[in-house]
Amino acid sequence: MASELANREALPQVPLPGRVEKRTARIRELSLMLAALRRDPLAIASLAVILAFVLGAILAPLLTPYPEQGRGDPNLLEKFKPPSSEHPLGTDYLGRDVLARLLFGARVSLSMGLLVVLIAVLVGTPLGAIAGYYGGWLDNLLMRITDMFLAFPSLLLAMAIAAALGPSFTNAMIAIALTWWPWYTRVVRAQVLSLREQYFIEAARSIGVKDFTIIRRHVLPNVMTPVMVQATMDLGSAILTGAAISFIGLGVQPPTPEWGSMISDGRIYFIERPWFAGSAGTAIFLATLSFNLLGDALRDALDPRTRRIIK
Amino acid sequence: MNDHPLVEVRGLSVHFVSAGGLFRRQVRRVRAVDDVNLKIYPQETLGVVGETGCGKTTLGRAILRLVKPTAGQVLFDGQDILKFDPERLRTHRRHMQIVFQSPHMSFDSRFNILNLVAEPLQTHTGLRGEALLKRVMELLEQSGIPGDILYRYPHEFSGGQLQRIAIARALALNPRFLVLDEPTSALDVSVQAQIINLLQRLQGELTLTYLFITHDLSIIQHISDRVAVMYLGKVVELSKTEDIFYGNGLHPYTQALLASAPMVHPGARRERILLQGGVPDPANPPPGCAFHPRCPFAMEICGRVGPRPVDAGAGHLVACHLVEGQETT
Amino acid sequence: MEVLLSVEDLHVRFETYAGTVYAVNGMTFDIRRGEMFGLVGESGCGKSVTGLSIVGMVPPGGRITSGRILLDGSDICTMGKRELRDLRGRRISMVFQDPARSLNPVFTVGNQTVLVIRQHLLLTPEQARRRALEMFAAVALPDPERIFRSYPHELSGGMQQRIMIAIALSCGAELLIADEPTTALDVTIQAQILTLLAELRQVKGVSILLITHNLGVVAETCDRVGVAYAGRIVELGDTEDVLFRSKHPYSQGLLAALPRPMTRKSSLSSIPGSVPDGLTFLPGCPFYERCRFAMPVCGEKPPPLLEVGEPGSNQRAACYLYSPEGQG
Repeated sequence: MASELANREALPQVPLPGRVEKRTARIRELSLMLAALRRDPLAIASLAVILAFVLGAILAPLLTPYPEQGRGDPNLLEKFKPPSSEHPLGTDYLGRDVLARLLFGARVSLSMGLLVVLIAVLVGTPLGAIAGYYGGWLDNLLMRITDMFLAFPSLLLAMAIAAALGPSFTNAMIAIALTWWPWYTRVVRAQVLSLREQYFIEAARSIGVKDFTIIRRHVLPNVMTPVMVQATMDLGSAILTGAAISFIGLGVQPPTPEWGSMISDGRIYFIERPWFAGSAGTAIFLATLSFNLLGDALRDALDPRTRRIIK
Repeated sequence: MNDHPLVEVRGLSVHFVSAGGLFRRQVRRVRAVDDVNLKIYPQETLGVVGETGCGKTTLGRAILRLVKPTAGQVLFDGQDILKFDPERLRTHRRHMQIVFQSPHMSFDSRFNILNLVAEPLQTHTGLRGEALLKRVMELLEQSGIPGDILYRYPHEFSGGQLQRIAIARALALNPRFLVLDEPTSALDVSVQAQIINLLQRLQGELTLTYLFITHDLSIIQHISDRVAVMYLGKVVELSKTEDIFYGNGLHPYTQALLASAPMVHPGARRERILLQGGVPDPANPPPGCAFHPRCPFAMEICGRVGPRPVDAGAGHLVACHLVEGQETT
Repeated sequence: MEVLLSVEDLHVRFETYAGTVYAVNGMTFDIRRGEMFGLVGESGCGKSVTGLSIVGMVPPGGRITSGRILLDGSDICTMGKRELRDLRGRRISMVFQDPARSLNPVFTVGNQTVLVIRQHLLLTPEQARRRALEMFAAVALPDPERIFRSYPHELSGGMQQRIMIAIALSCGAELLIADEPTTALDVTIQAQILTLLAELRQVKGVSILLITHNLGVVAETCDRVGVAYAGRIVELGDTEDVLFRSKHPYSQGLLAALPRPMTRKSSLSSIPGSVPDGLTFLPGCPFYERCRFAMPVCGEKPPPLLEVGEPGSNQRAACYLYSPEGQG
């Protein structure tokens, strides 16, 4: 036994014992993650923009002297004023401060995007995992249902739901979420299919771990990385889609502010008075872009191997 | 070696069927394992050797019921595990474990070492907390790894270290039977030696029975008591290690295999039995004896009738018409 | 025998976030005309990087920091892109481990071969095609015409590797670098490929640098061997000398760890510790930490390749045991 120990290979240096070691391991991985993010200037920039929007949305009433206008009260005497010191982004066709509209609109647009993605992930992921892991008739059934929903373009579905139930924030959100969840089912299923062939899944089966436990402990966490990356990028797209639906008037109804409807309202005046449609459009553009870039950076930061690699 | 095998395989076949072509008419039937019969006795090491497509890996997995056999029986202590219902099979798994070829891929990279080795214990026993921690550390020490690396992650270790951890995990539930699927193929020579030494020591200390699968002949002859040579899903020769390696195998394929394997030997540039062509497509095996197109001694009958395993003396089984002595139908 | 290629004190480094990886640290050996030279070692010894450096294809992130690679007097390390492109294929060719990954799946193998030939030789398509077929015959492919029209996935691993060899030698290369050419192949196919390489060496007079971790392969095919460890050559010489009369403690340890008929069932000897990870710069002999015979001088500066064994045997080992200081 002594000679066996002597013949052992040298092991990684271990300075700390027991529980402290656990915390240091976690901290090390976390710091590597943050370091990977910090390294990427685009990631930092997009994070900053997103943070600005989120804070702006949350603190909207405090950030503008015109909260009632933000919520919708008109101020007809100040119609169409260009950007000035009192109204940094000017006023719209009803005299409301555009910046205030933008901030309150952020609440609606961002939460629309967030809720849509949340529902899509929560519904789509488990379905995809089950379909991928079990295969067979269950897989077939789930995929056919998925295909059915994938066939609907979100705008048309929103129109149908709006026609049936009346246009509103909630209905628009349901409509978009219904067309979104299948993507996650697809992505997760593909991941699970490739994961299923991995040795460590076979190892878990050979140990005698129950199927459901394998899915919960091994499969889902390993597919979460692409899901989170996808979800982050989708936040941008969901905001865009929400704006599109509001743009055609099927989502949020006036006077509630929303970036898409702001573009729609300001469209006809755009050539001479671009500031209210333009700022809403810019906001959508920046938000979508930032979420996309962040998702990209997140992908590299979340994988314990790639976060150590130099680009 | 007593008379009662721990594991007995009877008529085991694993066929993979896939439908392809335009209207799913063309069926491809890959006979990965074809009518294999084996007995593995307690505390012995049975080595299984062969090249790509011979079915050795599938055989190992089929014995553990990790792939679904198409036909046959797998008797563990006399009971056919292929007939177990899922729950009974699951609890039975603690008696038979497997160590895989790729140490890095055998572990969920998101789990730390403690959780990885503890998983079998958490699944089958009530061990938790301090007691669990202690048992994991014991297992690691047994494999030659100090217990203070519990909170590290797999990617921080080398192949050899991970393989030790894999062995520790496989032994967590005190199994009696271990399938080792090319456990050293991904390792360097010096590390390979350490792992082989470890496996041999543990076999003695814990009275384990091994099914050792590999393509490396030098390892097989070192560690096995008996050797089974496989070709295209069938066992073509099965005998004690000395008979095959020192007595020279009786089956032409075994002979060619032994002659092809590069060994470090003075005067090593010996006469090779060079086989023509390559291993045929397992979905389209040649008729009769699967080896006959490449066999230097092929006879007319070899292309028509598949040879049945024959005892050439003292349990040395060979599936070859030459040995059967049959030259006419 | 005349020297074809000479690697002199090659140093290659990689910059990673984990630090600088010292992949090759003073690799020195030469290859004579018409010989098969085996560069053998375990993972991390720098053998593959060396092979790639010889054809000017250091992996991304890596840099040759010093040393020379001389081919007929010209230093490959200082060659520009154009010169390197002319060099590859015409004078030095390389064959890799997995032939399936080296061949383009959407073109027939004949097409790919002709493409390479016409890149280097001024031949008409018909002439190039004939040359390709000649090469296919030279690598013992049955029915070259049919193979010419086949796609890579229609051929077995052994055939694919033969085609890679055919492509590599199609433009008259003087040196063929084979990086683990048979590791991905079955043992019986491996035997075929190795026999083929030996024949080609005889028939065409091409030199072969065989990079592998498999000592058995080296034992059976190579004329001379270089044992690499942590980026340096620790022992060099005729195959028989290095493998059966090895002088360096690492070579000895490696050979002793091989399972062999004599070792049946007994405990295999193994080398304590593990291969250095390349992240720390080792001032002395890279094997210092694991060596049974380590002396203080071993940790201070790297030992040069010293003559060992029978006088006139060309066997050299980088070990102070064989220096006047060590023997004192």
